[in-house]
Amino acid sequence: MRVTISLDKIRSEFVREVEEISGEDLLSCNQCGKCSSGCPVARAMDLLPSQVIRMAQLGMEEVLESETIWICASCLTCVTRCPKGVDLPRLMEALREISLRAGVSELDLDKLPKELVDELPQLAIVGGFRKYMK
Amino acid sequence: MQIPYYPGCTLSTKAAGYDRSGRAVAEALGIELVELEDWQCCGATFPLATDNSLSLIAPTRILYQAEQAGEEVAALCAICYHVLRRTQTTLQRDEEMRERIAWFTEQEYQGRVRVLHFLELVRDRVGWDGLRERVTRPLKGLRAAPYYGCLLLRPFDEIGLDDPESPTIIHDLIRALGAEPVDFPYNIECCGSYLTVKEPQVSEVLSADIVASAQENGAQVIVTACPLCQFNLDYPQRGVEGTPVVYFTQLMAVALGLPEEDWGMDEGHYTDPRPLFLREEGE
Repeated sequence: MRVTISLDKIRSEFVREVEEISGEDLLSCNQCGKCSSGCPVARAMDLLPSQVIRMAQLGMEEVLESETIWICASCLTCVTRCPKGVDLPRLMEALREISLRAGVSELDLDKLPKELVDELPQLAIVGGFRKYMK
Repeated sequence: MQIPYYPGCTLSTKAAGYDRSGRAVAEALGIELVELEDWQCCGATFPLATDNSLSLIAPTRILYQAEQAGEEVAALCAICYHVLRRTQTTLQRDEEMRERIAWFTEQEYQGRVRVLHFLELVRDRVGWDGLRERVTRPLKGLRAAPYYGCLLLRPFDEIGLDDPESPTIIHDLIRALGAEPVDFPYNIECCGSYLTVKEPQVSEVLSADIVASAQENGAQVIVTACPLCQFNLDYPQRGVEGTPVVYFTQLMAVALGLPEEDWGMDEGHYTDPRPLFLREEGE
């Protein structure tokens, strides 16, 4: 896999947008990995949380294709443990928002078992709709 | 003592038992929860994007109503509490955001409301001793595992209810009710939250780990403060002899000697918790 690392990508519009929506300075992350080790859903992710922020730092837009940003449950464990206080949940949300605003929709209630949909408390549906659909 | 109360949408329906037991327990403790006159869903998620003011309108409206009612508002639902508390912090820090929302809604929220969780009302205004004194049916021998979940505690700098890694507030409550709090390593691990509507199989794995950990440590019942945690832990156990998952207010209702209809346990549970408490009465 060829990866291009260049200042142009690091200072790209994509990175600027991610930093604006998240409100975070991506380069604060020094890749210690505490976020990944505490993440309860890391086992279901294709990229680790620390890899996601690394790719964002390097302006690698392919991070938007990962499953990880949609598996993130916004449990906030990562930001609680980050020694630099980097708000990774906000970064994950920024990456989701960039996709959602471009028209991506990740939720399809028709794919869920009907019995589950009937039983779900509505805060799950309201929250799910807001997080996974435009 | 009177305090404005925001129930939220789920407590008005699926988690009505939480609301029912919460109100009954509050009354027994001398707290009058005065429901806000005009409210709507808080949005069920705190928007983490910093550039979206539209998504903060719903919780701001609620804070505005609370400000009119008395500048404090109490919540039971951990997600509502989280959303309102973080919205309040955001509006306090970001005057431009507050003004933009005020311009749009034509409601000028001044930013003064203190958002409280019912747990802190009990801890700080009744006190654990005060609670203990009012217990008429101490839950002796009941091994209750407090499960905190995520949004009740995190992020610590904005929520500040309790230690986010080693919380004790629900442990202390359980002790004050005469029961034995069961500590278990998964008590602050995420239940899966909204993943249940998207990747239910991931949620199920998380939930199974939490329940197994509580069971391995001897829990007879799991105690929570969030309707989504309650569902995520309880629903996958349907059809097996599961460990019941109750709201802390339901435990309180039993221990305070309130009538069974105030326990709020007749629906909303996939594993019926009542045998645990009715059996105790017979012993």
